[in-house]
Amino acid sequence: MLRRLPDILGRRSRLALTVGAALLLLLPFAVDLSLGRGWVRITDFALLYIMLALGLNIVVGYAGLLDLGYIAFFAVGAYTYALLGSPQFGLHWPVWVVLPLGASLSCLFGVLLGAPTLRLRGDYLAIVTLGFGEIIRIFLNNLNGPVNITNGPQGISRIDPVTVGGFSLGSAHQFAGLEFPSVHLYYYLFLGCTFLVILVSLRLEKSRIGRAWMAIREDEVAAEAMGINTRNIKLLAFAMGATFGGLSGGLFAGFQGFVSPESFGLMESIMILCMVVLGGMGNIGGVVLGGVLLVLLPEAFRHGAGPVQQMLFGKILIDPESLRMLLFGLALIVVMLVRPAGLWPSGRRQRELTADDGVAQQEQETVYDASR
Amino acid sequence: MTPRAEPARQPAAGTETILELQGIGKNFGGLAALAEVSLRIHRGEIYGLIGPNGAGKTTLFNIISGLYQPDTGKFTFAGAACTHRKPHQLAEAGIARTFQNIRLFANMTALENVMVGRHLRTHTGIWGALTRSPAARAEERAIINRARELLNYAGITRPHQTLAKHLPYGEQRRLEIARALATDPLLLALDEPAAGMNATETAALQTLIQTIRADGVTVLLIEHDVKLVMDLCDRLAVLDYGRKIAEGEPATVRADPAVIAAYLGGAAVSEVAA
Amino acid sequence: MDIFLQQIINGLVQGSIYALVALGYTMVYGILGLINFAHGEVVMIGAMSALAVSKGLLSLGLPVVLAMPLGLLAAVAICMALGYTIERVAYRPLRHAPRLAPLITAIGVSIVLQNLAMMFWGREYHAFPPLITSDSHQLGGAVISDLQILIVLTALLIMAGLLLLVHRTNLGRAMRAVAENPAVATLMGVNINGVISLTFMLGSALAAVAGVMVGANYGIVHYYMGFILGLKAFTAAVLGGIGNLRGAMLGGLLLGLIESLGAGYIGDLTGGFLGSNYQDVFAFFVLIGVLIFRPSGLLGERVAERA
Repeated sequence: MLRRLPDILGRRSRLALTVGAALLLLLPFAVDLSLGRGWVRITDFALLYIMLALGLNIVVGYAGLLDLGYIAFFAVGAYTYALLGSPQFGLHWPVWVVLPLGASLSCLFGVLLGAPTLRLRGDYLAIVTLGFGEIIRIFLNNLNGPVNITNGPQGISRIDPVTVGGFSLGSAHQFAGLEFPSVHLYYYLFLGCTFLVILVSLRLEKSRIGRAWMAIREDEVAAEAMGINTRNIKLLAFAMGATFGGLSGGLFAGFQGFVSPESFGLMESIMILCMVVLGGMGNIGGVVLGGVLLVLLPEAFRHGAGPVQQMLFGKILIDPESLRMLLFGLALIVVMLVRPAGLWPSGRRQRELTADDGVAQQEQETVYDASR
Repeated sequence: MTPRAEPARQPAAGTETILELQGIGKNFGGLAALAEVSLRIHRGEIYGLIGPNGAGKTTLFNIISGLYQPDTGKFTFAGAACTHRKPHQLAEAGIARTFQNIRLFANMTALENVMVGRHLRTHTGIWGALTRSPAARAEERAIINRARELLNYAGITRPHQTLAKHLPYGEQRRLEIARALATDPLLLALDEPAAGMNATETAALQTLIQTIRADGVTVLLIEHDVKLVMDLCDRLAVLDYGRKIAEGEPATVRADPAVIAAYLGGAAVSEVAA
Repeated sequence: MDIFLQQIINGLVQGSIYALVALGYTMVYGILGLINFAHGEVVMIGAMSALAVSKGLLSLGLPVVLAMPLGLLAAVAICMALGYTIERVAYRPLRHAPRLAPLITAIGVSIVLQNLAMMFWGREYHAFPPLITSDSHQLGGAVISDLQILIVLTALLIMAGLLLLVHRTNLGRAMRAVAENPAVATLMGVNINGVISLTFMLGSALAAVAGVMVGANYGIVHYYMGFILGLKAFTAAVLGGIGNLRGAMLGGLLLGLIESLGAGYIGDLTGGFLGSNYQDVFAFFVLIGVLIFRPSGLLGERVAERA
């Protein structure tokens, strides 16, 4: 829908798009000036998680496969980057080799995991993927002895920053007389990547493969009877999702400069799933919205909960961290009860969830009476 | 306009048989849903499969479309052994089917349902989807055009972007047929296509099936509507409690005492008398 | 080889606990086709509330022999109420929604319970008193304590009682009917909602007992203890055959044994590369293995017919 807007509305929305693009480009400066540099960094993280959520959207939203361990692919991508670009092994491979390598490795893991398990029914697949996510985390946490590979719970630090065309995003640069701090540079990189991922998602959605995914999601038996090799097509969705996860992971490692198993736990998998489900499953706009809300709101909360409580009660009654998680849990329950399709669902998904039998029911009754 | 985009593939030279079942048996728990079922369907005929409820007709369908594996026996299609193939492989070989309880992709449009049927005979993959190459776009246009053709062929009157679940019942049945035809089948297996239809709709369905046959597709039909079956089918097989109890032309089968006893009962007697 | 018997004993004890928790998962899945993600948290609440109530009663002057059992009873009551509430609030409204919705609410409930526990009881580990005297006995080179015997016996007793309930009473028959085919059960006059609520409450009661056992066995309780335990217990339920009560019991015991023996021998098996800190991984590998090679579990699954 978003794409066709320019055609439908013509000049006015082309103007709107230009304005929107300008706003996006100026955003880091605006945020920096109003809220401080820390919030630009948070925006960068938001973009990374949006990319992740879009990757999971292919798996869950398009193909209908429930993956509760998606963060594992993020972890693989991140640790690949970390191992090949840090003091851990003394390797400093170039980014343009490491990123695709991490993405490919994640893709491979996706295929290895998916090949035996994608034929399982929904909830079982969920638990298996959850288990896989935990296995990855446990290995990352423990592969520090006898041979130190991942450096265990301490993680790997001093990771090389992302370098584009010779200059490093880890330090500030001057362009056209303007000072671009590191976080701003990363913002533009991630913004570009996010748009790339969005473009890929849109193209996949409206393609032969996208239709096959949707058919499988609707009725797998019928899809297979119509000649779709459901196993391979599902594997394709899984692999694509894993690839995006790995790509985002690599960028994450370069950006943060530090990775540890802590960032790759079940809660993170759940968070990404919630971005997809709460935002609006299958709908790119919804997923982006979900990503924005689920990164920014907790941060805003973390910054504000303390002072607000001080104001109201004169002291901190409840630890902001627990309160944040508590509200998150409540939000999950409430949103599912009230709007199971998500906050901004695709029109299709909204229809799926309305108990709507349409014309067929009445027609059937009339036909029945007439013939008997 | 034909229901097939490509010329019908020739079965093994020298034989007219397109589907042959030999000694097919299937058990569920202790129950024999099918036992020793053998039959042979010729290219270009409309072959009916009738019998009381629970006789095993849909089970047979499920076996030839790969949803079930037979416990005993085997079957060949277009000269090739097909007994243990998976559903999508059998679709690829040229068997397409509809379902007794309509299994459309409910939240996809009528057009999209048929477009999914074209998946099998097209090949744009991830790369094509991402790059939108000229070849990919051409194939997509071809898919859409073919799907629209088939929707018209099957007599869908509602707008093509209507969601499948919003179509009236009769059109849903036709849509399932259109979708099956999109796979360019050699054999179209229809599971109770006339169920719940009134006399007018049934007559229109009869015409459609005859057109499909005339355009080169063999039709295998499960039906309870006796008049439709007798008018339409070149030959019939009758199943009862999982066994074939009669086979042959409608007139022969109708007069067969075993069939009358098991299934047609009084209706056949009055028909024969009339 | 000298640790073999000891690992067997430890495994059976841990397995009994898994079995009790697995029963809760399997009963709910059998009836609703839903993985009750929050069940592990109910175990945790059982343990924590038993501790809190006992401590409260002790400080009021009650003798230990009264305070502990009363604490347990209170935990059972609290968990039953909790199970009932969870079902009513988070699952019942979504009974006809697509499968993803109740799964998300279940995760939400799990998070809420964890954080409520964290707010009430803090992030620290709390010491859990041993339920009985810490006498131990020698058994062919291994040591078994009174507590371990108590745990296994209690679990076996409870399991036997549950089987009796399900197979010999009207209520049990109703439960089995709803698990088979809810639509038909309604037509036969069974109060579906009542049976479902009761199933949740029964599972929660078992969870409370299991929680107390975990606390006594390890000597500590913690707000996060329910999560991994729940996951493993679900693995056990799947291993035995989801929806199948005997399967859950068998699966629980087996998983306990596999974990115990695995942790004990993994050092030897991998030449020192992997240690017992990989213990948790066993459960997951078992899960993946079962689902790939024998998805219906060891004793076969029993799930309701859904059109």
